[in-house]
Amino acid sequence: MSQPKEIFVRLDRCVGCHTCKIACSVEHSKSKNLFEAISEQPAPKNRVYVEWVPPDRKVPVLCRHCEDAPCMHACISGAISRTEEGVIITNSDKCIGCWTCVMVCPYGVIGRHLETRKAYRCDRCPDLQVPACVDSCPTQALVYRTVEGFSGDVRQDAAREMISGKGN
Amino acid sequence: MSDGKENSKKSTDPAVQEMISKAKDMDVTTVWDRYDAMTPQCGFGETGLCCRHCLQGPCRINPFGDEPKTGICGASADVMVARGIDRAIAAGTAAHSGHARHLAHAMLKMAEGKTRDYMVKDVEKLKAVAARLNIPVEGRKENDIALDVAKAALADFHEKDTPVLWAATVVTPGRVKVLTDLGLVPKGIDHEVSEIMHRTLYGVDADAVNLLLGGLRCGVADLAGCYMGTDLADILFGTPKPVVTEANMGVIKAGAVNIAVHGHNPVLSDLIVSVARDMEKEAKAAGASGINLVGICCTGNEVMMRHGIPACTHSVSQEMAIMTGALDAMVVDYQCIMPSLVNVAECMGTTVVTTMDICKISGATHVDFSEEAASEKAREVIGIAIKNFSNRAKRPVDIPDVKTPVVAGFSVEAIVAALSRLDAKDPLKPLIDNIKAGNIRGVCLFAGCNNVKVPQDRNFTVIARKLLKKNVLVVATGCGAGALMRHGFMNPANVDELCGDGLKAVLTAIGEANNLGGPLPPVLHMGSCVDNSRAVALCVAVANYLGVDTDKLPVVASAAEAVSEKAVSIGAYAVAAGLPTHVGVMLPVLGSPLVTQVLTEKVKDLTGGYFIVDLDPDSSADKLLDAIDARRAGLGLS
Repeated sequence: MSQPKEIFVRLDRCVGCHTCKIACSVEHSKSKNLFEAISEQPAPKNRVYVEWVPPDRKVPVLCRHCEDAPCMHACISGAISRTEEGVIITNSDKCIGCWTCVMVCPYGVIGRHLETRKAYRCDRCPDLQVPACVDSCPTQALVYRTVEGFSGDVRQDAAREMISGKGN
Repeated sequence: MSDGKENSKKSTDPAVQEMISKAKDMDVTTVWDRYDAMTPQCGFGETGLCCRHCLQGPCRINPFGDEPKTGICGASADVMVARGIDRAIAAGTAAHSGHARHLAHAMLKMAEGKTRDYMVKDVEKLKAVAARLNIPVEGRKENDIALDVAKAALADFHEKDTPVLWAATVVTPGRVKVLTDLGLVPKGIDHEVSEIMHRTLYGVDADAVNLLLGGLRCGVADLAGCYMGTDLADILFGTPKPVVTEANMGVIKAGAVNIAVHGHNPVLSDLIVSVARDMEKEAKAAGASGINLVGICCTGNEVMMRHGIPACTHSVSQEMAIMTGALDAMVVDYQCIMPSLVNVAECMGTTVVTTMDICKISGATHVDFSEEAASEKAREVIGIAIKNFSNRAKRPVDIPDVKTPVVAGFSVEAIVAALSRLDAKDPLKPLIDNIKAGNIRGVCLFAGCNNVKVPQDRNFTVIARKLLKKNVLVVATGCGAGALMRHGFMNPANVDELCGDGLKAVLTAIGEANNLGGPLPPVLHMGSCVDNSRAVALCVAVANYLGVDTDKLPVVASAAEAVSEKAVSIGAYAVAAGLPTHVGVMLPVLGSPLVTQVLTEKVKDLTGGYFIVDLDPDSSADKLLDAIDARRAGLGLS
């Protein structure tokens, strides 16, 4: 079985430009074109967030699509499920807007769609090979990798640092 | 070629496509590669919702309406967008008028005897300009008149008792009233640029409409800068007359010392043309067949119009000229010079020579040009090219076998002269009669650049093709002219294929009356980007003849592939002059519905002009035709 990919955040790279948010909104619009999307009603919603940790850290936060997803277990209407690819999705037709998922999500990445009165979240851009936020990130703070690939890179960096730190 | 489809998305010019493949093979990074690496681009910048005008910022407003809805200072999306577009207009105005000021200084130095390399080449134009400015000409020496004109030009930059003369004296009386009533008459060219910088500062103008009016006034100052640039260049270097030449990379000659002049100002390039003639011997001594000058961008247009120097390529494909491996030097002045040229030049063995104090590029060879030592500096530059030829002579070159005949050089004076062969007493009458009769449905001016976001030349050629078939008289400047000339639109032989019957008959009648043995070219080349002033002059002449203002004429403009902030300021003055003005790439204004609405609709109630923003060339052509028809109906013409 091939390793599924996740959206990882390289925490040292985000410059807080919020480009990922725009790309996310555009991808979740009807037209999928910025210049048309900004006048669509209801306004397309972004599902990625950029938080500020004073004094100088910027952190993109988005649905982790947890393996043991608290939101999915908590959903009383059975609206939240997992696709074959491992993506947690909310079925709008079933969502009753009780916001239980919001209460249990440890990342705070579930939004409330005022016009449709439904919950919404990252859907990993089912029409794209690479999610829009990742594709748009100018500093590659967001990457779409397997756990193995991402960890491998981190191990490499750590290994290089260990060696150089000892002056070897 | 497997790259064929890929390359046609980048440029529709076969010579450029050939060089893109070569760059790929040689692993040379081009503008298209850099664009690819830059996408997707920042949506805040694209919509005009990014503000860096103070140190509390940067601020950005979410165009999807979520928080934040204002900048830290409280500036709304409307204010942010209006400030941004104002600064673009100011930058464009500063550039055009900087070019004009440079010429004014050259003229002043000439008149004061501080340089021997410049002279009054067109006395008639000098007198005409002086008369327009109320400077006495009767019984005075040329030099004294030139001194007064140069001083009047320099005086137009600052605030003084009179408004900017190069604006107030070049439009119709009706337009003077419209601009005066709206408070849009510039007080000084520099004053307007400076005032835009002031009012867009942290905590000054926060009324989007007021900001936009300020931008329009600066746009009128840009018209002054452009008009002055044209006037002074014509006086010093001659007013263009029709000239037969050719365009595209096939004009480069493998065995010659090839020098490309690139940039905007004829103040150096015109000298290079005359000095090159004297240095043929040196070139031959180095084993070359001679010196071959070719033009790129508007410097290219300047020397093409006045000396028939062929055009090599334009705008977005400037790097591709160097990719041929056959350019010995690319001599640049300022504006639209991509810094990347130096990297491509290093790969290909070309020397990039910068010449202006305000435009140096790391890695280029700098020759400090001055008007006092103009010929000497021109010799030095050509010497660098000859030396480079000796070094490159044995390396292989790839010169695309692509070039097309061009008839260029249609200044207003040249157009009137050609028309006077039909009616010596009343030269504009044949033009007006044909407009009235519908043989000429209207006029469209193509201006501006090639934008990497558009397959090079596509918008220009698609729109022009459609308009010509519908009998619209097409004139072109800048790299818009470059695009159309490289695709054969300035070749009289293509009139049959390109033009509708009415237009064909008019172009043929004028051509035959002038003993050209055929028609005028389908598209008339009016010059460089400052020479958009020539199009304004033509409009004003026609409007005055008809006794109407410029906003009533069936005349439209299109910057179909705009890049530079100069295109934004030109657009601003076209709208201030009352023209429907198409832009074929997105302006960074959509973040403000108010600003978008003012620029595309509301401004019509003020100046009669407005922006048409449409990225699709087919529907753009339809909109331009509709605008022309609406104007015709307004004049009671069918």
